[in-house]
Amino acid sequence: MSVIILLILASLTVALVFLGAFIWSVRSGQYEDTLTPSMRMLADEADVKKSQPNSKLK
Amino acid sequence: MNTNVETFKYDNRIVRAFGIVTVLWGIVGMLVGMLAAVQLFFPDANLNLQFITFGRIRPLHTNAVIFAFVGNGMFMGIYYSLQRLCKARMFSDFLSWFNFWGWQLIIVSAAITLPLGFTTSKEYAELEWPVDIAIAVVWVAFSVNLFGTIAKRREKHMYVAIWFYIATAITIAVLHIVNSMEMPWSWMKSYSMYAGVQDALVQWWYGHNAVAFFLTTPYLGLMYYFLPKAANRPVFSYRLSIIHFWALVFLYIWAGPHHLLYSALPDWAQSLGMVFSLMLIAPSWGGMLNGLLTLRGAWDKVRQDPVLKFMVVAVTAYGMATLEGPLLSIKTVNSLSHYTDWTIAHVHVGALGWNGFLTFSMLYYLWPRLYRTNLWSTKMANYHFWIGLLGMMFYAIPIYVAGVTEGLMWKQFTKDGFLQYPNFLETIVQVVPMFKLRAVGGTLYLVGTFLMAYNLYRTAKAGQFEPDTEAQAAALAKAPVGHGKPSWHRLLEGKPLFFTVLTTVSILVGGLIEIVPMFLIQQNVPTIASVKPYTPLEVLGRDIYIREGCLGCHSQMIRPFRSETERYGEYSKAGEFVYDHPFLWGSERKGPDLAREGGKYPDAWHYNHMDDPRSTSPGSIMPRYSWLLTQKLDTTSLPARLNALRKVGVPYPAGFENGPAQNDLQAQAEKVAADLKQGSVTAEPDREIIALIAYLQRLGTDIKSAPATTAAK
Repeated sequence: MSVIILLILASLTVALVFLGAFIWSVRSGQYEDTLTPSMRMLADEADVKKSQPNSKLK
Repeated sequence: MNTNVETFKYDNRIVRAFGIVTVLWGIVGMLVGMLAAVQLFFPDANLNLQFITFGRIRPLHTNAVIFAFVGNGMFMGIYYSLQRLCKARMFSDFLSWFNFWGWQLIIVSAAITLPLGFTTSKEYAELEWPVDIAIAVVWVAFSVNLFGTIAKRREKHMYVAIWFYIATAITIAVLHIVNSMEMPWSWMKSYSMYAGVQDALVQWWYGHNAVAFFLTTPYLGLMYYFLPKAANRPVFSYRLSIIHFWALVFLYIWAGPHHLLYSALPDWAQSLGMVFSLMLIAPSWGGMLNGLLTLRGAWDKVRQDPVLKFMVVAVTAYGMATLEGPLLSIKTVNSLSHYTDWTIAHVHVGALGWNGFLTFSMLYYLWPRLYRTNLWSTKMANYHFWIGLLGMMFYAIPIYVAGVTEGLMWKQFTKDGFLQYPNFLETIVQVVPMFKLRAVGGTLYLVGTFLMAYNLYRTAKAGQFEPDTEAQAAALAKAPVGHGKPSWHRLLEGKPLFFTVLTTVSILVGGLIEIVPMFLIQQNVPTIASVKPYTPLEVLGRDIYIREGCLGCHSQMIRPFRSETERYGEYSKAGEFVYDHPFLWGSERKGPDLAREGGKYPDAWHYNHMDDPRSTSPGSIMPRYSWLLTQKLDTTSLPARLNALRKVGVPYPAGFENGPAQNDLQAQAEKVAADLKQGSVTAEPDREIIALIAYLQRLGTDIKSAPATTAAK
């Protein structure tokens, strides 16, 4: 059962990596705006349409 | 300022390539699944060929569906969405194609090695060590490409989908490396570094998280991209999606032990797994509701658009599977469901519904866009949807019925306190009609997939492929310009640091897992004195057991229930497995448990049973293993095998493999042959069947010979 130490260490390492990522994301202002990112991601298709004049896409 | 607007191109070729192989491998994986399903009611469907017998193609089916169908689907979706979310082309075209061809090569090698019987026997990690190394290399290439693209993104905010992709890349790497620690003894075979309970724990820590971080997190990321896109409206709550992500990644990794409830794993570890599994309901349902509520006010679109139809079913199936999963993790429920077909039904709701339907929806979404045209036939896509849905129902419902039937029949006692169905065969014959219905369901699902393949092909023919999509976006500020916020500067400085930390940590993990198993080996002291290492002949027999995939249908773990101890004998103890590299507990019972098989039947019975199971057990669905009767036992590699086992901690005396082991093997083989003769079976002592019989007769007998086992009563 001592292998559980290894698994806990590995799992904790992964968890700490994510914790670090979480702290980074909050500190760097990733989540200052939790509304417009969901809308902005819809917009990129506009560029595509410009480059396809005979697109049948609605 | 518009001066720094850059023009760049999204790479569509790589998306198309992954899309094509997704369809191809999907069909292959499902066909192999069909072949396996048919053998469960018509064992002769293996055409008496060892390469396509159930035990060998079951892992082929699971690997093909998980890593080839869903894996390529995942890459397709990530390569499409990541570029657009980051407003950047992939970091490196070379790495993209390295990822593509490397992954296909791994799939092809799996399709060759698994039917040949090269397997580690660890579920969803069956591929042997050279392929494991290849997987690690390709995965690193993918991760570098992913992080490189993120690093050069032109969109400051990282959309939630990207976070799901990151979690996938990091966690799968760690899981794969830890679980694949193995000691090679030939260019294609190895033994697990871990033994018995430890191996089981590592395997299911991996196994559960493979489901979590290969089948779930990337697909959630894809859902958060493609569902809003297809519905053309923002996700219901972006804030909820963020909470969904962080809650999920912190909870998921602890749930693994729920695969080992009531096994020889310590109780506290089982409870830990159960509690974390139950907590997972919250983020999972948050995610499902977030997906479904995105469609509020857009249900008219769902009626018209097959893409959305598939997505609605996919997200619903995600919700169903993630409610059922935690419920199955409750020990009481698990005592009934474990080892039965219930688990099979559960995973297929996830695979067919969640992964399958979301993959189909992405393909229907992408193909018209990649080829700048409309979908060739919306009607056909709708047919695919209904046929696929019907197929899912015809698959899942009969198998749920089968699972519950099995569980109840195994546990049923008469009023006098005897097992109502003492013969295991009765319980499996009872559900064979359900197996047939399941094959009908699988066929329908496959028919739907063929319709899609044709539809996509015609769409491609009708349109014109756009290899690169041009896009424009402003570059992220490289340095603070006069009035820029100072925090930006710190952010950009902090980023390389962040990735350095990441790399360091991953290297640390690498070092850790190199060292820790070494000290683990020292601790593999048997707690039961009478448990001894396998004899050379038994080692060879055990390797045949692994090669033929016997554990696909036979467990070797008797749970401490009266219904099990009555049927199979004394429940399994952790100390009995200290020399099991790898562990062979299995997770399914299509046949009886074999943990105490030793001494139950005479050698001749096993011989006849392997030659034709129906001669000794009428109605059995076990395949014939007649090739074991004729194939010669490979004894030349015995020293290499014993050496490898010694290296991972099995205490064979020094020099045992040179000479004494061969003599030991000969003697035991002669003994088995002589015993067979008594049962009027004439067999050469140098055939594979001899080794397998020796192994089966050893199973679970060690504690019987112990004088002190009375303590266990």
